[in-house]
Amino acid sequence: MKIKTYTKGYMKKFLLSIFVIISFAFYVFYNRTSGEVAYVEPAPTTTILPPTPTPTPTPPKTIPIPKPPVIPPPILPKNLYADGTFTGDSVDAYYGYVQVEAKITNGKIAEVNFLDYPSDRNTSRHINSVAMPRLRSEAIAAQSYKVNIVSGATDTSMAFRESLQSALSLAMS
Amino acid sequence: MKETRLLMGMGITVEISDSSATKEIFDEVFSYFKYVDEKFSTYKNTSEISRVNSGELSEEFWSKDMKEVFALAEETKKLTDGYFDIIRADGTYDPSGLVKGWAIFNAAEIIKRAGFENFYVEAGGDIEARGKNGDGEDWKVGIRDPFDKEKKIIVKVISVSDIGIATSGTYVLGQHIYNPHARDRRITEIVSFTVVGPNIYEADRFATAAFAMGREGIRFIENLPGFEGYMIDKDGIATETSGFKGYVLNNNL
Repeated sequence: MKIKTYTKGYMKKFLLSIFVIISFAFYVFYNRTSGEVAYVEPAPTTTILPPTPTPTPTPPKTIPIPKPPVIPPPILPKNLYADGTFTGDSVDAYYGYVQVEAKITNGKIAEVNFLDYPSDRNTSRHINSVAMPRLRSEAIAAQSYKVNIVSGATDTSMAFRESLQSALSLAMS
Repeated sequence: MKETRLLMGMGITVEISDSSATKEIFDEVFSYFKYVDEKFSTYKNTSEISRVNSGELSEEFWSKDMKEVFALAEETKKLTDGYFDIIRADGTYDPSGLVKGWAIFNAAEIIKRAGFENFYVEAGGDIEARGKNGDGEDWKVGIRDPFDKEKKIIVKVISVSDIGIATSGTYVLGQHIYNPHARDRRITEIVSFTVVGPNIYEADRFATAAFAMGREGIRFIENLPGFEGYMIDKDGIATETSGFKGYVLNNNL
């Protein structure tokens, strides 16, 4: 009886694995671009087998689940900062000041809020959407051309960084 | 001839490629920027804008420049469907989003009136470029990588003449950044918005407004005759208007 149960269990695992592999391959084939994480349900056919006292049931854990490529967020060392809310310095951003507060939860930056920000970015209303022309998109890539002049947002961004750094240095001390 | 000075909390660079350029014209241009700073700096108590905001100066006593800036702000607000607004949450005025481009344009006009044809004026990453560079070519302008902390990487190079280029943006670390005046709206989606227009005043005001619109901004610029835009989102994906490629120099990599 013991041997039979064992065999049955073995058989079940084998059938289950085969099914899982096939259904998974099927799933991947049809969902290649969906970007969703696959979770494969055990097949109904396997559930009609009587439950067996298998000592160590094997879940379909060996099947690798592909994930969509993710652009990793900046990684901060764990518990670099103390929990709490820290207010950075008010930094001159040209015609206005930028001041941020950083909220640290579990040693990580959970939120950064502007306390002060030049008001020209105030937004209140939605613009009416117009017919979308064809706009081209691409991933940015470094260029090595020699240039005369550089255009970029520097003022607010620099001030933001400075204010955040001072908030974080408080969190570190 | 080229000179950079630190004024108004930012670097201001003037380069004149005409061989007749003299020290005097540079002094004149930089003193103009100083004048603008004295008048429109919202954090100098003695500035005219601060006295307007404190109620000390009633409208009838405003200078010609103050009246002009307010009229331009009103016009820009209408053109941008309210996205460009110099009124702060507390009811005071902050015309800085307009004044910078306006001042660069006026500085360029000062240089032009002095008889020069080939030059650029750049202040805090916003540019008015006229004529040709020292090599007799159109000016080569690089758009900075908004993710590069060292501020060395260029992600796009455009070749321009008689044009204004402005970039509006915010540096992000991947956290949530809120507009303090509308805290429910994040402004993290777009990190850099460059607008090329007929002059820096026009480019700057529409870059500011387009940045505030988020992803909608690029459509706004696409539908604005005479303007092109290049927008970079938080994932490093750039979207450009249909005519922007006309300015782009091929990558030499």
